Amino acid sequence: MTTILAQGGQTDLRLDATVLDYLLVAFYFLLVLGIGYAARRSVSSSLDFLLSGRSMPAWVTGLAFISANLGALELIGMVANGAQYGIPTVHYYWIGAIPAMVFLALVMMPFYYGSKARSVPEFLYKRFNRTTQRVQAVIFALSSVLIAGVNLFSLGLLLEALLGWSLGVAIPVAALIVLAYITLGGLSAAIYSEVLQFFVILALLIPLTISGLARVGGWNGLKAAVTNGPGGAEQLSSWPGTSLTEIANPALSVIGIVFGLGFVLSFGYWTTNFAEVQRALSAKSMSAAKRTPLIGAYPKALIPLVIIIPGMVAAVLVPQLQVLKSGGTTDVTYNNALSLLMKEVLPNGILGVAIAGLLAAFMAGMAANISSFNTVFTYDIWQDWVKPGKSDRYYLQVGRWITVIGCVLAIATAFIASGSGNIMDYLQSLFSFFNAPLFAIFILGLFWRRMTGTSAWIGLLSGTAAAVVVNILVTSGVLALSSQAGSFVGASAAFVVGVLVAIAVSMVSTPKPAAELGGLVWSLTSKEERTHESHGEDSGWYRDPKVLAVGVLALTTILYIIFW
Amino acid sequence: MTEPEGPATGQDTAVSTTASRLFDLRTVLALLFYVYGIVLLIVGLVSTTEADIAKAGGWNVNLVTGIAMLVLAIFFTVWVRLRPVKAPIEEIEGTAGDTAGPPGH
Repeated sequence: MTTILAQGGQTDLRLDATVLDYLLVAFYFLLVLGIGYAARRSVSSSLDFLLSGRSMPAWVTGLAFISANLGALELIGMVANGAQYGIPTVHYYWIGAIPAMVFLALVMMPFYYGSKARSVPEFLYKRFNRTTQRVQAVIFALSSVLIAGVNLFSLGLLLEALLGWSLGVAIPVAALIVLAYITLGGLSAAIYSEVLQFFVILALLIPLTISGLARVGGWNGLKAAVTNGPGGAEQLSSWPGTSLTEIANPALSVIGIVFGLGFVLSFGYWTTNFAEVQRALSAKSMSAAKRTPLIGAYPKALIPLVIIIPGMVAAVLVPQLQVLKSGGTTDVTYNNALSLLMKEVLPNGILGVAIAGLLAAFMAGMAANISSFNTVFTYDIWQDWVKPGKSDRYYLQVGRWITVIGCVLAIATAFIASGSGNIMDYLQSLFSFFNAPLFAIFILGLFWRRMTGTSAWIGLLSGTAAAVVVNILVTSGVLALSSQAGSFVGASAAFVVGVLVAIAVSMVSTPKPAAELGGLVWSLTSKEERTHESHGEDSGWYRDPKVLAVGVLALTTILYIIFW
Repeated sequence: MTEPEGPATGQDTAVSTTASRLFDLRTVLALLFYVYGIVLLIVGLVSTTEADIAKAGGWNVNLVTGIAMLVLAIFFTVWVRLRPVKAPIEEIEGTAGDTAGPPGH
């Protein structure tokens, strides 16, 4: 219970919000509900509801793409990491996201968008078989509802601590608001509010960073304070990041960051997470779909500056965090860093905007889970399996109802999450169970035409089983690893086991004929099929995905040089 | 596997240009930041105390953020004016052209 917000009466975490602040928060939510209501008028088919009719411009899907990832758990967790580890936290953003986003855009997107699959499981059906689609759909539905519950529970904790609402009231109220805007407007409403949320979160983070830096005497003041503080100068440079990886040897630490974080975890997350990929699938054209992750990558590269620096400022400025960092006992945790700093430096007025941003971030996280859950459930479980062959209107109704059911289930799983010890650990192990094995069979299926359908779902299940076994060994203490290292080992095990089992089973089963694999396997897809249109709305060098990709890689390199 | 009836069905409820401009995300963003910007600007001008300024490290955070938000809102308004949402007819053509993209699917 104490992960996000410490309990106990000493430190008052309650923000001194006034009527004005509440009015600013209320205005934001009125606007979000208004979007849902307005979006309703443009929803007339299930494709409209679940994939926004594939009509979104790239700047909208790109910002929604990054916003779906910028949930409040991420926000609170990364400010906390900034306070605890300092600059090395940038690895989560730069090597841990940018290469994978570029890979998704340039290599994977032609297959995802080009196959006209409406979901990741449907893509698996086209490449492999029905069983693989169903196994993945069920796994995905389960994980979405569990993760939505984590988001909802954390939101409840936040409302309880910041505004004084009780958990029993806060959780259902938050679920109702998310439900209202998704059932009304479907994915369009979710995506539009995500873009809105992106800007409101920046309106929280930028003033917070500037005020925080001003209070500690600017960047040089912060550097001096960190160097003389308990963290020392190593918290000011990104490499080798030994404190972050908990690997003492610098060379091994670098290898751990590059391969562990930069390859297995990040490629697994960014390339197969449907909550993300769905945003790109709703784009207008192949070119816009490719640009979606790339447009998202620019803010992803820059945003650590306004997330990690406030974290470092908080550790210098807030007395309780100073005590915590020098090893003393206190009733706060690093997870309180964001709200403690808000309380410390933001006056009323901007504080209301900041609370709206934080609440929006939690809701967006949950909305992303629910809106991808209802797509997978409607198309992959209901239309392709349980009740095929009905009218589109019928599936639109199913989509609306399953959203209601998803929110009710999320309220239930929120109370399950409230029973788990540490939310971030819970979330990390969920990712190692579900994303790493999926990435393994995806990448193998994309580049190896001989891979069979049977091998895909067996590989998927074996990978998940491997991650679960590692998780049990770590939590029971048989493997002496920290939770961070444990989820990395779990993800690697899931990946390796998934690949090996899939190769072994492929050897003894029959592959699909090559004629059915055009557009689904790299070697059987002509260059023309992978190429996007470049006329009309997709023309211009600044809309060329390759130019955007080179740009963001160069930006990341420059940032790494600055914060070496 | 039934192919969805496709974007064509989604387009038969053609919204009027005024409605689509109102619902344009850029207009919504502009509205949000006009309201936030004006409120923060007024708070910054009227009720900022020495303590508030000291809290933020020596600058009037409400005033400056309010002005920045108004600039952003004006940017979105100008963008909507210069590049309005295309009429629904063109939208259909655009979508159809893209859907026809790779042959065989």
